[in-house]
Amino acid sequence: MKRARMFLWMAARSTLSHSRRGRVLTALTAIVTAAAVATAILNLSRDVEAKLHGELRSYGANLVLAASEGISLPADSLSQVETLLDGHGVAVPFAYAVARDGGDSPVVVAGTDFGRVRKMNSWWQVSDWPTGPNAALLGVRAAQAVSADSKPFELTFKSRRMYFTPTGTLRTGGAEESRVYINLPDFFTWTGVQPTVIEISANLPLAELSVLQRQLADRFPGAQVREMRQITEAEANVFGKTRAALLASVVLIVLVAGLCVLANLTSSVLDRRKDFAIMKALGASQVMANSIFAMEALFLGALGASIGYLIGVGVAAWIGRASLHQAVLPRLDVFPPILLASILLTLVAAMFPLRLLRGIQPAAILKGE
Amino acid sequence: MGQSFSLRPNWPRLLTCLSSDPMFLRLLYQSFRRQQRRKLLAGVAVSLGVAVATAMIAVATDIGDKVGRELRSFGANIVVYPEEDTLDVEVGGINLKPATAGAYLNEADLPKIKTIFWRHNILGFAPLFAVPGEAVAPAGSSPADLIGTYFSKTLTVGKEQFTTGVRKTHPWWRVKGEWPKDDSTSEVLVGRSLASKLGIQPGENLAFGGRQLHVAGILSSGGPEESSLVASLKLAQQIANQPGALRKIYVSALTKPEDDFARRDPATMSPPMRDRWYCSPYANSIAYQLREIIPHSRAEQIRQVAQTEGVVLGRVRGLMLLIAAAALLVALLAVSAAMATAIMERQSEIALMRAVGARSSAIVALILAESAVLAAIGGVIGFVLGNVIARQVGLSIFNARMTVQPVLFPLVLLLACVVVFLGSLAAIRRAARSQPALVLRGEN
Repeated sequence: MKRARMFLWMAARSTLSHSRRGRVLTALTAIVTAAAVATAILNLSRDVEAKLHGELRSYGANLVLAASEGISLPADSLSQVETLLDGHGVAVPFAYAVARDGGDSPVVVAGTDFGRVRKMNSWWQVSDWPTGPNAALLGVRAAQAVSADSKPFELTFKSRRMYFTPTGTLRTGGAEESRVYINLPDFFTWTGVQPTVIEISANLPLAELSVLQRQLADRFPGAQVREMRQITEAEANVFGKTRAALLASVVLIVLVAGLCVLANLTSSVLDRRKDFAIMKALGASQVMANSIFAMEALFLGALGASIGYLIGVGVAAWIGRASLHQAVLPRLDVFPPILLASILLTLVAAMFPLRLLRGIQPAAILKGE
Repeated sequence: MGQSFSLRPNWPRLLTCLSSDPMFLRLLYQSFRRQQRRKLLAGVAVSLGVAVATAMIAVATDIGDKVGRELRSFGANIVVYPEEDTLDVEVGGINLKPATAGAYLNEADLPKIKTIFWRHNILGFAPLFAVPGEAVAPAGSSPADLIGTYFSKTLTVGKEQFTTGVRKTHPWWRVKGEWPKDDSTSEVLVGRSLASKLGIQPGENLAFGGRQLHVAGILSSGGPEESSLVASLKLAQQIANQPGALRKIYVSALTKPEDDFARRDPATMSPPMRDRWYCSPYANSIAYQLREIIPHSRAEQIRQVAQTEGVVLGRVRGLMLLIAAAALLVALLAVSAAMATAIMERQSEIALMRAVGARSSAIVALILAESAVLAAIGGVIGFVLGNVIARQVGLSIFNARMTVQPVLFPLVLLLACVVVFLGSLAAIRRAARSQPALVLRGEN
């Protein structure tokens, strides 16, 4: 017991002793830096992935559930899709009909849920989202055709006439610009047509996405489930490459920081040949002398890892706020591997020069040879 | 003693030392010859630090371009259509618009796309001409569009050859069987869902618009094309009896993320501002240039693709810059720590020089000269190594080279010198504070 206490005291004393403060401080700085960078990156990695996934999801739907020709989807299909989605994304119903405008030209009218569309298709440039009954959102090209002066206009479907008030215009650069969008309840009372398409933007990895696709196909045997390959393929591609680039950078950083620790500690231990020789001259065994150096390394590693962890958490929080615009919560599960890696690194750095010193006679070192 | 040792070198004297004193040069030379292990360690640290810094700067500056190219696998981001066109009447891939309605663009204008200001950013384009009709197969028939387009057509623009078509602009299209040829008027691709409806296989024949067509392959795209026929533009023009006509052009262009400036209307800008807008590769300004070059046309960005692309690109670039900054910081710390260690090990040497009467300025000059040599050698090796790392990262991740701007070289060298000097200075100050006698007796 007494021996153990003496041993610990010696190790602590030698780590923090006044005369070696400068040297220990440089080594500690290196460990702290390495640990801080590793902590920050590990803390961020999950949020970065989540954030990138989120950004890529704003490309819109990645799955489309479409009823077979001439049939509508069952009335409760939206709630069924939502159950399968389980909160991982948005599902938006669409119903289509071809109506005639005042000049008897055909125009596509779509009924949908504006609140959901707004969430899913963030790229839609809309001047004003419609609210209230019989309000319509007009694609810019449709607006030219049916209501160039932004006045209420009439549309006819199967000789049923209906008046709509244009509230805003829609720009997408796609087919949507030729359509008139109205509320789903308005659409149903007017045309009696139920939704035929549900577009789904599922925030899931590719493997789980195909599981969802199968589940949907089982649940709706009469309908088609299409994966929007344009979206899913490019998404997986970009996501994978970005992650690889980030990973490569992190490996480079940690490698350099690790080398820095190694170089520092190695020369620091080599410097203490004399201490080593005196210990041995006083009768310490090789194991005993080694353990004191190992204990020191342990101290340094643990101290460096702890300070580095705290700094890293701070840096991650700052990057999270500055670049990702979201709070990055500290991850406690990152600490044990960081601690372990730092201690391992310092141990290796300390043990490597000791191997060089093993064969040397204490007397030779003490005489200054 | 400590007080008389000034850290502010006497520069004129220092320069004299460097240039005219053979003793000084010999000291410098011997220092490298005798302390090879230490110098090697410090040199390795400088090289590695510079290498990582160079590689990270290269990756951070180049990643925008690389990810931009990857994002182009989302397909076309600009669409061009006739100015006087009537509304599209299309639901779920079925076109209900009468064939005669609407206006056309001219096929002869297509090569002009590669002559606009940002022609090198145009990665590909595909014309589109959909003709409604009835597809008749032995086992059944169904109303369907025949979409005429380029698959992989080689155009000659000036002296250059340029290959373009849907295989560039719609890279997610897959064909079971063969892709038809661009000059063929008898081959056709059948969309997957249409093929299952007609019960047709590659190699069989079907009739469309009074012609017998050979099914070269089955197309799966995940989009509305799956319920259409896809063939060469020439065939669609012949069936519709509209030679040289097309309805739409899809353009895939490398663009810069949209900002507030990009969204402004060029008509309201002052001439210098308009020039700046025109010469920036925004989706809007490329669309504007396309509208200028193709008569009676309108060009719009496809917002689903263009907008998200901008957001993702901006995000990735910002993140890489932050990581590059972190890497630079680590490299800086590593190098200055290595330099500090290298000089601290030489305390007794410095003490000896002071004891035999060396001026402080001479000692500072010697150490700084040594550091400069180290920084120069380490900087050059590090820059080369950094280039190799950047290239490897580029090749293994993006299948393309990351280029390190040669402009970076002097910058990197300067950075190496500054870092090495800073690391040395702190250590010199420490050495200066100690008493030579104590150091020499080994009591420090």
